[in-house]
Amino acid sequence: MISRVPLRDAASDCVVMARRGLIESVRKPALLVFTFIEPVILIVIFRYAFGGAIKVPNGDYANFLMPGILVLTAVFGAIVTGIGLSEDLSKGIVDRLRSLPIARSAVLVGRTLSDLARNAGNVIIIFVVGFLVGFDPNQPITRILAAVLLLLAFAYVFSWISATVGLLVRDPETAQGAGFVWVFPLTFISSAFVPTNTMPPVVQAIADVNPITLCVDAVRALTIGGAATGPVLGTLAWLAGLSLVFIPFAVARYRALQ
Amino acid sequence: MTRDSAIEVEALHKRFGEVVALDGLDLIAPEGQVLALLGPNGAGKTTLVRALATLLVPDAGRARVLGIDVVADPLGVRREIGLAGQFAAVDEILTGRENLEMVGMLYHLGRAESARRAREVLERFELTDAADRRTSTYSGGMRRRLDLAATLVGQPRVLFLDEPTTGLDPRGRAQLWDMIRELRREGTTILLTTQYLEEADQLAQLIAVIDQGRIVAEGTAGELKERVGRDRLIVRLADAGRMEDATVALSALADDGPLDAPGECGLSLPMSGPDLPAEVVRALDRARLGIVGLEVRSPTLDDVFFALIGRHVEPEAEQPQEVAA
Ligand SMILES: Nc1ncnc2c1ncn2[C@@H]1O[C@H](COP(=O)(O)OP(=O)(O)O)[C@@H](O)[C@H]1O
Ligand SMILES: [Mg+2]
Repeated sequence: MISRVPLRDAASDCVVMARRGLIESVRKPALLVFTFIEPVILIVIFRYAFGGAIKVPNGDYANFLMPGILVLTAVFGAIVTGIGLSEDLSKGIVDRLRSLPIARSAVLVGRTLSDLARNAGNVIIIFVVGFLVGFDPNQPITRILAAVLLLLAFAYVFSWISATVGLLVRDPETAQGAGFVWVFPLTFISSAFVPTNTMPPVVQAIADVNPITLCVDAVRALTIGGAATGPVLGTLAWLAGLSLVFIPFAVARYRALQ
Repeated sequence: MTRDSAIEVEALHKRFGEVVALDGLDLIAPEGQVLALLGPNGAGKTTLVRALATLLVPDAGRARVLGIDVVADPLGVRREIGLAGQFAAVDEILTGRENLEMVGMLYHLGRAESARRAREVLERFELTDAADRRTSTYSGGMRRRLDLAATLVGQPRVLFLDEPTTGLDPRGRAQLWDMIRELRREGTTILLTTQYLEEADQLAQLIAVIDQGRIVAEGTAGELKERVGRDRLIVRLADAGRMEDATVALSALADDGPLDAPGECGLSLPMSGPDLPAEVVRALDRARLGIVGLEVRSPTLDDVFFALIGRHVEPEAEQPQEVAA
């Protein structure tokens, strides 16, 4: 007879793991620096150092910049998922957890959920910082809430990509390095800081299909106005595709741990 | 159905690429006893423990814990076991108490019962005073104790301890030994791995000697010592360069010839009778070989190991230290 974890216990396991992840977020100052200070530094650099030199369609760079920063906040927050997971792997904590009679999904689900909660906090704080530097969303509150939801969905799916990286490299330093290897090109070849039509044609072609561009454009449209349907659907299509690949992949890697 | 063995392993194989970690290993551990798996670094101890604790899937063979197959029903096995891995797995961000309560919750004991069990094991492992400190402030010995405490929260019937005292100072080691003995008195089956012959001798009712992924000998400490025979005479030579001459000079005094004495410049011979020391002195004197010491020694498990696999297994005399807080 094969034993199974009852559904109620499985849900409880995920909650216990998520709660532990939240405690970790609060107690680890390095995490706060990485996921909160980093976007603030980018705001300062781009808003005040480079901003004057960057021409954007309606002329207001703070309004152009903040949707990009918000998406980056979500992506940086997601990198932490892989760092934390690889740390648990390298310290033997995952082994201890795997020797307990818990639902196999609990470790990944718990961690991605606690990271989602932390990212929600970060996104809200960065919104507020945005207001302080002149971000002035003029759209109805429902559209702004839709932007926040889209950002969180983005962060959640990217957490699973990051979890996959963490499970593959199994070492926190490498996970952090590997996180930047895929995040940096993805963010700089996007509409996060500059309009893509200023880029050379080949680069622009890449930038225009980049999920970060689509999400930034969607958040822009939902906060400061513009056609939202296209980029929102584009972002959702990306998120659906990435989930279909990376969630099963991460789960398979976790199950194959030896 | 009656069953009196807690752990049954049959022809277990596991390889990592080219490395054969388990090479058809067979083992039976009776319920309610301490079985020590004794072997040098790289022998396959951790691999076996991980297979039994369902952390890795063997390539071939069978393993059952309390009659439950580790491959067919890993969750069933996890409900019965506790595992303290080779390196203490405590969450440094959490306090000692939080670590234990989390484990309790993951055993689905509920909040109140998890808190109660946590208090209980903290008390037992003398960690109550440090319970509400983050474990990043704990010493190496405290981490080890907390790690072991965590394995007991779920009151497992079978406990796997992978080199539980490695890195502990002598006091920490003695403390842990007492706890292991106490757990055994309470009826827990314990499989512990060790590189220390003395540890196996002190704690275990049964010793299985493992080398290159196989069990090369099994039995009580007494039975294993029996296999190397009686007391031995250790002859320490003045001149390390003349070991071979000494071996020749003494060859007539030992049935199988003298053996190199473990860890010293000298030879060892079976203590065949009371006249042997005098005969050794005379033989070496005729060969003009100086002696700096003669000693009669009872066989140790290291001698057993040497007799079985032709190598010494006692790890280099490292000074284990408590990691300071
Ligand atoms: N994950 C792994 N990948 C590759 N080789 C491994 C792995 N785990 C163990 N080994 C190898 O298997 C052999 C047995 O290792 P192990 O079970 O850790 O021995 P012990 O615990 O007795 O020191 C060693 O040669 C070791 O290098
Ligand atoms: Mg080992």
